[in-house]
Amino acid sequence: MTTTDPAVGRPEAPGLVYSPPVPLLVPVPPPPPAKRRGYSTGFWGIALVITTESMIFLALLASYFFLRATSHQWPPPGIEKPDLQTGWIFSVVLIGSSIPVLWAEVAIARGKVGQLRAGLMISFLMGTAFLLYTYDDFQKLHFGWKDNAYASIFYVTVGLHSLHVLAGLLISLVTQVKAWLGLFDAEHHVSVQIFSLYWHFVDGVWIFVFSSLFLSAHIR
Amino acid sequence: MATTEVPPPSVPVHPDDAADHERHEQLEAVWGDPPGILGFFKTVDHKRIGIRYIYTSFIFFFIAGLLALVMRAQLAQPNGTVLGPQSYNEFFTMHGTTMIFLFNTPVLAGFGNYLLPMQIGTRDMAFPRLNAFSFWIFVLSGIFLYSSFVFGKAPDGGWFAYTPLTDRVYSGGVNLDFWGLAVIFTGISTTVGAINFLVTTFKLRAPGMTLNRLPIYVWSMVVFSFMVLFAVPVVTTAAGLLELDRLFGTQFFVPAHGGSTLLYQHLFWFWGHPEVYILFVPATGMVSLIIPVFARRALAGYIWIVTALVAVGFISFGVWVHHMFATGVPSLAMSFFSAASLIITIPSGIQFFAWIATMWRGVVKLTTPMLFMIGFLLIFLLGGISGVMVSVLPFDWQVTDSYFVVAHFHYVLNGAVVFPIFGALYFWLPKMTGRMLSERLGRWSFWTMFIGFNLAFFPMHILGFLGMPRRIYTYPGGLGWDTLNLIVSIGSLVFALGTLLTLINFFWSRTRGEHALPNPWSADTLEWATTSPPPDWNFEAIPLVESRHPLWDQQPLPVCASEPGPGLEALGPEGALARTTPFTTGLRAEPADTMHIPEATYLPFILAVGVAVIIVGLLIDAVLVGVLGLAIGGVGLLRWAWRTGEH
Repeated sequence: MTTTDPAVGRPEAPGLVYSPPVPLLVPVPPPPPAKRRGYSTGFWGIALVITTESMIFLALLASYFFLRATSHQWPPPGIEKPDLQTGWIFSVVLIGSSIPVLWAEVAIARGKVGQLRAGLMISFLMGTAFLLYTYDDFQKLHFGWKDNAYASIFYVTVGLHSLHVLAGLLISLVTQVKAWLGLFDAEHHVSVQIFSLYWHFVDGVWIFVFSSLFLSAHIR
Repeated sequence: MATTEVPPPSVPVHPDDAADHERHEQLEAVWGDPPGILGFFKTVDHKRIGIRYIYTSFIFFFIAGLLALVMRAQLAQPNGTVLGPQSYNEFFTMHGTTMIFLFNTPVLAGFGNYLLPMQIGTRDMAFPRLNAFSFWIFVLSGIFLYSSFVFGKAPDGGWFAYTPLTDRVYSGGVNLDFWGLAVIFTGISTTVGAINFLVTTFKLRAPGMTLNRLPIYVWSMVVFSFMVLFAVPVVTTAAGLLELDRLFGTQFFVPAHGGSTLLYQHLFWFWGHPEVYILFVPATGMVSLIIPVFARRALAGYIWIVTALVAVGFISFGVWVHHMFATGVPSLAMSFFSAASLIITIPSGIQFFAWIATMWRGVVKLTTPMLFMIGFLLIFLLGGISGVMVSVLPFDWQVTDSYFVVAHFHYVLNGAVVFPIFGALYFWLPKMTGRMLSERLGRWSFWTMFIGFNLAFFPMHILGFLGMPRRIYTYPGGLGWDTLNLIVSIGSLVFALGTLLTLINFFWSRTRGEHALPNPWSADTLEWATTSPPPDWNFEAIPLVESRHPLWDQQPLPVCASEPGPGLEALGPEGALARTTPFTTGLRAEPADTMHIPEATYLPFILAVGVAVIIVGLLIDAVLVGVLGLAIGGVGLLRWAWRTGEH
């Protein structure tokens, strides 16, 4: 049986029958939820960015331990172990800077813009303090990154983390400008959620970087 | 049954009445791109991007194929004089690098881009602008890598660029910098694409498409994307550290200063072996979708295949050391990785038997796409068996770095990936272009490719046993290699002719091919519910999915109506008119919210150019160029961040 297809104007191939769907405009079975559910695409996007970036840090830390396992003395002769005293203090500052962000996020979910601005500002200052400490710490190092593999992995891992802190601060700036312009309310604050998650990541990674590069170097 | 062809009413092609016509024009105005060359750089439509991905990667496929043909011309006879040793090194490096980074990965991303949103019944990807960004990054990185030929400085360190050969002492020029930077560059594109696939799959599915109704191809793209997220950053690290060594003089891979060359191999293969499965898994996803259509029955063992795909994803991260059996890693580690390499054959075997069972219990129609699937099964069987062989330690020590290994990985990467991709072309090009390819030419193409492939790669196994090492630019006569090498070279030419036939078929079909019906193969997934080619908005009203095979089980296919309420506004035609798509919950796909699809914009292109300028700045060691790139990228990123959600 061949009939002519009016739309295309050619005989239809036998055996390949296409029966068109009749437009049944049906209501969707599940009852409509009262409130919008779930996180935005942006939130999930940044969560996956964090996943993949964690792998870079994991690769660098694995490289650190691999190089350490294949060397006779660690750190190599002539390099002293990393300084812990100021490191501890500023680690607490950086990781503590997650708390005002949490506070700000809870606040904006209740529509309190003032608290949001304050929380973001406090965490921004704490993050900046940490970044200045890292800069100062690099200045004080008496070895350069070309000296040996230890120096290279130390500079690159800590340096990469500092770049992430810097990126976090820049995202914070954009979010703060939006907060001051009054773009957020209880329903709409995707940027705050994105920044918050990223900032927790930056802080969380430091726990691993600090434990591996600073603390573990003191373990024999 | 009435066979009068009427286009699906939800997407009127030839509107019958004025109201339809008017609605169609409104949709065109909302979804269409700006005309002309400006629109070309602005588009964020997943179908256009997907098609561009596929076309661009096929350009690279044919270039890299030409490189292989020249190499085979050199090796056809002993003491060949077609290529010198330096050119030969550059050719095999570029051949491998192109095939992995610029053909296989992006072509699969291209199919994913095109098909995935339609198969899950939505109107675009979750991040349409990022999608455009990843495409531009891919194009620019390809141009970047190939510009090395223009300067006569093509990479020459092999596609895995082992140190110390590739460090600044033994490879002084910029050749290897092109390689290292291009690897980092393409990595951005692949990663961004993977994130996009995952969020799209988990948040934009049509109502009712629960996870156990997900088409198997979408499952394979999910596994692909997760593997990319965990593997690609590690090769970025490897190439990044290599470039730091080369450009800035760090000591990661310099043993004299405490570095380790083995560290490079570990980092590289931690990505490199999953990468093999990153390429293979979406290819099997295509096979699992195409075989049931032509066996005229549902896929046997859906749950088993999904489990196998996920298992492959996990186990593939535990096998990388089998590339390093000859480097003196501890024997306990070698035993572990050898065992893991044997175990990974089990999930692959499960899939294999499921495909056989599907055909066994079905009524097989031998169309061109199906021929490619059956060809794939045979080739994959051989490639799988030689894979089991090299996972056994003593055997691997015998054949490592010989032509046996070359044969093995061409059977899996060329045979078991390229054959499904060609089958997919014959299967889905009618949907993309609206024209059927010629079946007759398709059959010729398949048989030429299949015979050429086996002629080219099977004798390589024997050459490996006879002791021919890989990567030699020539060999003396009288070693017993002459005839086999000639056969291999002839086979490669035949294979190339076969691919050329498909290329001719493609161009022929663009003007002469039959017009494709919306569902020419009577397939079961949702992309066939649209016209061929689909309209910009994919679905005017989102389908309501109640089955794993919507177009088989749900005749007529019900579509949703818009209703007030969170997530329900975007379901019907009103949602398409508002350039929105519904946002559903991750597991059960219940409507939860409405997503606005961003308008066409230059931002992705600008940002990609910014990244490219930074990379060029690194290559030529010019700080100012790098700063310029940062400025371009920074402005683009800032503008982008500003617009994200607008709130």
